[in-house]
Amino acid sequence: MTLRRFGRRNPTIVIGALLLLLVTAAAIAAPLIAGDPLLITPVDRLLPPSEKYWLGTDHLGRDVYARAVFGARISLLVGVAVAAVSVVVGLGIGLAAGYWRQVDAVVMRFMDGMMAIPAILLAIALVSLNRASVFIVVVAISLPEIPRVVRLVRSVVLTVREMPYIEAAVSGGSRGRKIVIRHILPSTVAPLIVQATYIAASAILIEAGLSFLGAGVPPEIPTWGNMIASSRLFVARAPWTIFAPGTLLALVVLAVNLVGDGLRDLLDVRLARRM
Amino acid sequence: MIGTIVRRLLSMLPVMGVVAVCVFLLLHLAPGDPAAIIAGENVSPENIARIRAQLGLDQPVWRQFLVWVGSLLTGDLGQSMFWGDSVTSLIGQRAEPTISLAFTTVMVAVFLAIGLGVLAAACAGTLVDRLVMGFAVMGFSVPVFVVGYLLIFVFAINLKWLPVQGYTPISEGVAPWLRNLVLPSIALGMAYVALIARITRTTMLDVLAEDYMRTAKAKGVAMRPMLFRHALKNAAVPIATVVGNGVALLIGGVVITETVFNIPGVGRLVVDAIARRDYPIIQGVIMVFSGVYVLVNLLVDLSYTFLDPRIRD
Repeated sequence: MTLRRFGRRNPTIVIGALLLLLVTAAAIAAPLIAGDPLLITPVDRLLPPSEKYWLGTDHLGRDVYARAVFGARISLLVGVAVAAVSVVVGLGIGLAAGYWRQVDAVVMRFMDGMMAIPAILLAIALVSLNRASVFIVVVAISLPEIPRVVRLVRSVVLTVREMPYIEAAVSGGSRGRKIVIRHILPSTVAPLIVQATYIAASAILIEAGLSFLGAGVPPEIPTWGNMIASSRLFVARAPWTIFAPGTLLALVVLAVNLVGDGLRDLLDVRLARRM
Repeated sequence: MIGTIVRRLLSMLPVMGVVAVCVFLLLHLAPGDPAAIIAGENVSPENIARIRAQLGLDQPVWRQFLVWVGSLLTGDLGQSMFWGDSVTSLIGQRAEPTISLAFTTVMVAVFLAIGLGVLAAACAGTLVDRLVMGFAVMGFSVPVFVVGYLLIFVFAINLKWLPVQGYTPISEGVAPWLRNLVLPSIALGMAYVALIARITRTTMLDVLAEDYMRTAKAKGVAMRPMLFRHALKNAAVPIATVVGNGVALLIGGVVITETVFNIPGVGRLVVDAIARRDYPIIQGVIMVFSGVYVLVNLLVDLSYTFLDPRIRD
């Protein structure tokens, strides 16, 4: 299938992916394409977008464009890291719970309890009890996502383990671990890819929420969430300070969601769920 | 029926037990010393020791856990470090705005979402369908606080139709109460509407493909009764499940919405506690919100037999 035909058949994936590529490139090249995001210029406070400041300035005279470009780094980093951590950990637990019945009951009760804890509150608690850092934010957002991955993986394992080819592998003398890794694991890949994109989207939203509430990464790192939080009082006077990072945030999450929806249709996965 | 309800209520206990264990383990085994962090910079070791004793952190972990679970069972969520009051009474004082916000949001969102979902399913493949689904993807993607500020900017600051921020208790009249809740409810409900509209469309499409729907159509049932009386009834159970699960979204959203609109509810209580490192409040609010989530999902479970008489326990 040529690239053009792929694009015509899956417009959502291509549009979403292009947008993400663009934002990723900007985030990586941030020091080259934007000025100092921390530079305070009191004379230039609350200036509307202009040739000098493309997206205006905030109440401290900081360049909103520079801050927005650097802010993309945290959003993307957290999205990718949370998706990776929760998928890897959830996959391990899910495979074990689905295949070995002894582990299953205990693990799943524990997961039910974890799912009942509101993600953002758990993250607030963990972040506020530790020194603020990107690492602790990633851990705090990953923890509530793990049970969702576990449930997904487990349901795939429960279906697959009844298949004749597993029975064949068992009677062929394969042992538990080999069966799980060689014969069951591959079936979980497609739904996990879709789930991982949804997790990345929700992680970016939760990180922004945490930064907005003052429970995110250290405040000296510019993020879209803390940019909006610090400009709260200026929504009437300087709406660009809120809507510039806000639009970027919405666009990136939208792009990730579009890729997720497109992949879901492409890979024909019905199991993966948002939330 | 009453027997079932009692049995299901009792089945909540183990889940809440696990929640208690999770909250306890996560917060107590997390690296970092809560006492040192609560105390802040430049404090003497004696002060840290005092805070540790006040929190009971000088006790062995198993003992701390038993003490905590013991007081949980009596409805005691501990004492706020900042206010000195009991967490239970602080939550009680802040409950009205949060319950009001949740109530108006759920009422509007569920009806709106089901309407949109049915509409999209009935017009599957058309522009209307694509618009509704496009709106749904947007609803998942735009964060609560961005929607919130957009609404404030347009409807409160520029058009001056509604108040910018704040909350009026319902005892001061239903109209002012509602006026303050319109914008927050829309902001909070966006993602919830998107979620429910989407599942409504999917399940409705499945139901509409069934043989009995073709029969209904063939015998001349009009469009609207066919959609709502025949199809929606059969799609009710999966929709109810998502309405229940989606409460998790609302709980996270409430914390942010109350901050954006300056509503003095339980969400604000927790956000104010972040800066003050008021750890018992954060822990207590997590327990209460988790309990609400479990209870709502229990009610949803119980509603299955009512929504679909084929389901009997």
